[in-house]
Amino acid sequence: MNQERKKHIVRALAAGVRLDGRKLDEFRPVELKVGVSSTAEGSAMVKAGDTEAIAGVKMGLGTPYPDTPDSGVLMVNAELLPISNPEFESGPPSIESIEVARVIDRGIRESHSFDTKSLCVEKGEKVWMVQCDILPLNFDGNLIDLGGLAVLAALRDARFPKVDEEGAVDYHEKTDKGLALQQLPVPITVGKIGEHLIVDPAQEEEQALDARLTMTMLADGTVCALQKGGQAPLTISEIKEMVKLADAKSKELRKQLLEVAT
Amino acid sequence: MDLRVQDKEVVVPGQVVATGMEYLPADGAYRLDDEIRANRLGLIKIEGKVIKSIPLTGVYLPQKNDVVVGRVIDILMSGWRLDINSPYSAVLPIKDATFDFIAKGADLTKYFDLDDYVVAKIIQVTSQNLVDVTCKGQGLHKLDGGRILKVGPHKVPRIIGTKGSMITMVKKATNCRVIVGQNGRIWLSGEPDKEHVAVKAIKMIEDLAHTVGLTEQVKSFLAEQTGLSADALTVKEEDLVAERPKDEQRHRRPPRRSGGTRDGPRRRPYGERRQRR
Repeated sequence: MNQERKKHIVRALAAGVRLDGRKLDEFRPVELKVGVSSTAEGSAMVKAGDTEAIAGVKMGLGTPYPDTPDSGVLMVNAELLPISNPEFESGPPSIESIEVARVIDRGIRESHSFDTKSLCVEKGEKVWMVQCDILPLNFDGNLIDLGGLAVLAALRDARFPKVDEEGAVDYHEKTDKGLALQQLPVPITVGKIGEHLIVDPAQEEEQALDARLTMTMLADGTVCALQKGGQAPLTISEIKEMVKLADAKSKELRKQLLEVAT
Repeated sequence: MDLRVQDKEVVVPGQVVATGMEYLPADGAYRLDDEIRANRLGLIKIEGKVIKSIPLTGVYLPQKNDVVVGRVIDILMSGWRLDINSPYSAVLPIKDATFDFIAKGADLTKYFDLDDYVVAKIIQVTSQNLVDVTCKGQGLHKLDGGRILKVGPHKVPRIIGTKGSMITMVKKATNCRVIVGQNGRIWLSGEPDKEHVAVKAIKMIEDLAHTVGLTEQVKSFLAEQTGLSADALTVKEEDLVAERPKDEQRHRRPPRRSGGTRDGPRRRPYGERRQRR
């Protein structure tokens, strides 16, 4: 980003105002909806400002990995669609999309809120494989937090499809059984521009970020995953401040997540 | 023999707008035998015998004498390539970039660097849509700081308003400096807390561009946001910037420093002569 324009953003932050008039620690109003796709086992759509993304959960039967014969498989994938932003290009996944997917995946995995053992049908032979896909429809920053939120909502919305006697999956019929999510690991990204810490950066702010830290938070304030990005270093006091911010913000989002009917 | 639609009616491509030879098709309309049809989705505008259609949305197509806000996307051997929010990029040649002298082989990034925004005027659009722009002229310069906003190019006339009345009101209310490019890019800079009010007002104008009584709506919005009275926001005749002089008068080169004759260079008086290096 052009340094002059970045200075302009920093000057506004010093006055306590963001580019869109928000406060530094203010999230854009988040809209969350589940069951947006009838062909997925679970789906959700999230909107915040101009960022809009859907997440879908597909479930299928497959053979487990040899080193974990009694565990099901959870996969998270994100694709930055060219339709959502002129800066995204089609082709093999970009580093940015891999990061989004892996950070969200890591948050869910390391929180141990998702019991992969319960997905086992027959040890070493047959397990459920859960595939989560994140697709931004319109990108205006902060896809990690919003995509993560959509994935959680979609996982909560997901219902196992019916399996007939021969062991084939019938995707036209859903059972009542859902996935057992013990906790809701909400990822929150706190960005640093100059001396200022902000949450939920829009795209323009994202481009101006010196550093960012994504923290996946549990309800009791446990940090279960971290991801640092950007060139600038962070001091210990800054990280403490960031964790505090993330804890407060994750509580707001978790509350919203629980309010959504599934 | 007559019109099939009313003024300001929405038409779709191929729709018959008028029959007979009474009317003439202009921009956005064409003649097929004795019918005039629209060739895009838009509003019909009838001006005397001329029928036009004004697109509701679409990309920016460069036109001569438009002032646009461009972004430097490439530095060429002899100038800069600008993205003008259009399918066609523009070239800013060195000779049209600044009044300063640029030496051969100079580092062009000193004048305009990649990702800089520039206010430029289109001086030529060829039949192949090669666009040339200039930065020489009143109000044409590089944009430092501030922020860039994008709006639909077809809403720009509404954002500017008649003789600039709308944008003057926004400027008056928020004390921001605003530059609106014909290509739908808007640059603005001001106090942080006022700036986003200006952004919201511009977005509001864009969203409600097709409605009537927009000025009043924007005025009450600005009054509410800034705490100024509606009276203070009323744009008077003297607030409006006089219409810019026509291109021919405006684009004037500065006088040469030393004139020459056909017989050779002009000789300066003895005392003024520079020492040879």
